[in-house]
Amino acid sequence: MEQLREVLRTRRDGIVRRWFDYIIETYPEETAAFLKSKRDPFTNPVGSTIKEGIEGIIDYIVGEGEEEVQTFLDRIIRIRAVQDFKPSEAVEFVFHLKDIVRAEVGMRLDEPEIRRQLREFDSSVDKLALLAFDIFMECREKIYELKATELKNMTYKLLERAKLLDELDKHKW
Amino acid sequence: MAKAAKPPKPEEITKTLDYRKTPKGPWIDTKVEFRPGMYCYGTRPKYLEEVDMPNPREWSTSDEDWKLPENWKEIFLEGMEDRLRKHRSFRLFMDICVRCGACADKCHFYIGTGDPKNMPVLRAELLRSIYRRYFTTGGKLLKRTAGARELTEEVFKELWYYAYQCTECRRCSVFCPYGIDTAEITIMVRELVNLLGCNTDWIMGPVANCYHKGNHLGLEPHTIQSNIEMMCDDIEEITGIRIEPTFNRKGAEILFVTPSGDLFAVPGVYTAMGYLMLFHELGLDYTWSTYASEGGNFGFFTSLEMAKRLYYKVYAEAERLGVKFIIGGECGHMWRLWHQYLATFWKPPENLETPKSPITGTVFEHASASKVVHVVEFTADLIRHGKLKLDPSRNDHLRVTFHDSCNTSRGMGFFEEPRYVIKNVCNHFYEMPENTIREKTFCCGSGSGLNASENMELRMRGGLPRANAVRYVHEKYGVNMLANVCAIDRAALPTLMQYWVPGVEVCGVHELVGNALVMTGEKKRTMDLRLEPLPGFEEEEEEEE
Ligand code: SF4
Ligand code: SF4
Repeated sequence: MEQLREVLRTRRDGIVRRWFDYIIETYPEETAAFLKSKRDPFTNPVGSTIKEGIEGIIDYIVGEGEEEVQTFLDRIIRIRAVQDFKPSEAVEFVFHLKDIVRAEVGMRLDEPEIRRQLREFDSSVDKLALLAFDIFMECREKIYELKATELKNMTYKLLERAKLLDELDKHKW
Repeated sequence: MAKAAKPPKPEEITKTLDYRKTPKGPWIDTKVEFRPGMYCYGTRPKYLEEVDMPNPREWSTSDEDWKLPENWKEIFLEGMEDRLRKHRSFRLFMDICVRCGACADKCHFYIGTGDPKNMPVLRAELLRSIYRRYFTTGGKLLKRTAGARELTEEVFKELWYYAYQCTECRRCSVFCPYGIDTAEITIMVRELVNLLGCNTDWIMGPVANCYHKGNHLGLEPHTIQSNIEMMCDDIEEITGIRIEPTFNRKGAEILFVTPSGDLFAVPGVYTAMGYLMLFHELGLDYTWSTYASEGGNFGFFTSLEMAKRLYYKVYAEAERLGVKFIIGGECGHMWRLWHQYLATFWKPPENLETPKSPITGTVFEHASASKVVHVVEFTADLIRHGKLKLDPSRNDHLRVTFHDSCNTSRGMGFFEEPRYVIKNVCNHFYEMPENTIREKTFCCGSGSGLNASENMELRMRGGLPRANAVRYVHEKYGVNMLANVCAIDRAALPTLMQYWVPGVEVCGVHELVGNALVMTGEKKRTMDLRLEPLPGFEEEEEEEE
């Protein structure tokens, strides 16, 4: 995938921008403006996490990312998993990377070698999407688990007194 | 290979799905949509009946029909008129907003949900549009052109939905050039919806319990006493010292009241163990009460009137026992209420004096009206005067950061005391970024009675800005403990951390104090207050053996 990688490396900023805009547009207009414009990561955690996340993913794809791609994907999906998105909506942005990359590759789409490498690239995007889906499901499960754990913690001492804790621990939450 | 049939492009597949959630058109026309995970369940009628509140009936927030009384609109508008007259600030806040937008992106709920109606300015506008329509000439005449709208059931539900997506944290007010406090507006909206019996179950249950049993969970006196005795068992195991606290003891110098969360839930119980150890070591002449057994006040999240009713017992108990002053445990809204409202709700009994530390002689002048001090102020003063023997290395396995609770920081509160205490009992303390602490602190996302489980998505979104700053110090400095001085934080932050920043635990400041406190006659510590091996100390022990 070397030639394609080279293209992606030179077009990195454009790809990041397009992909970022695409994801941000899933939010209401006013919010999209806020998410795009505020750069401080602490006043704008959603925007900056998405930005960092997609940069990490792209660097990983072009072979420069050191950190696990899972970590970056996790950060984005973890947010979307509590933001009203259906599973399909939450991970759809991953597939869109295919279109963005094609747009950036532009004229060179005619080159057979690039086309071959694009197919390879597509399948790694598919894998990413599957991974994203797994992460989404994990996050959702975590939410349910947290609800149960809270209930348990709330009554911890009372249950301990009633010697019910052992039973509770055996129970799978 | 011949050209294979091309798989459909993602855009083709997704054409049929609507990923663009942007509500089109002005907010005033956007209908409220109750999304699961974003709201709490409606209250059961029995809780309303128990405290004589209006319109008890079986209802559910997801129902189309909320079973409001026939004249609901009249009740709402009369209630509003009444409050506009009573609270000058309320009328002022309805009138003076210039919609400059400085507050818009300062709310943790807006930052985390992206829902424009969670911008403080729009949250307030939801009610302001009603104010204009019914209480201003311009609005009455020009209606929509003047930003006014009719009060309909739909609008009522919208007001409800967003009043329970505001934690009354006041962060927005810090940034408003006019000092408009949207928290106060939310407080008013909640009062109004309560006139129609529309509280949440999570708030109303504790209110009813507290009214009848003295605390939110409805713990009875013997349970409170035995819970505390159980903590004393644990303390004995850790230190070899048996503590015998007293309950409802007349003639004690000090009455100690803490949120009931400290009495039964983790990690609150470890904080309570810290209080017990500290007071024992000082030989403090104090008593617990099984009657005034709740420092928190979910009445405050219902109406000021209810907050007042629930706090009657605090001074009443102080009078009955004849104490000189009151110490409050680690709590946020308790402190805000005691500091700002209590002495206006009820007159402090004659026997109460301006708090004076019996150990250092310090007079807490700022508490001369209410006669109550926060335990963190009390402890900071002890340390300042060198009255405690501390071994901070017992907390060396912890890298600590401090979360300012909204109420202790923005409620005209304190910033330095908890930090001073932590720095004296821990060797590793790291601050989160400046724009996320002190008066700009980000809310835990679960305050003001929003710490239920059914609204978990809301809590996780609202808590994201806080968690994001914790993640930063976790990654940068290896922070693994998030300290705070608030019972709601201790209940809500562990969950927030488990979702956003696994590996960070939560504790009250007095748990750290309890770990570091060198007590007279104690045995060699090998465990922390959680009964877990104390790293470093345990090894030594093993070597010796
Ligand atoms: S900052 Fe103040 S004046 Fe400006 S929009 Fe917000 S509430 Fe209104
Ligand atoms: S008080 Fe807090 S939660 Fe409410 S609108 Fe202001 S910033 Fe948001």
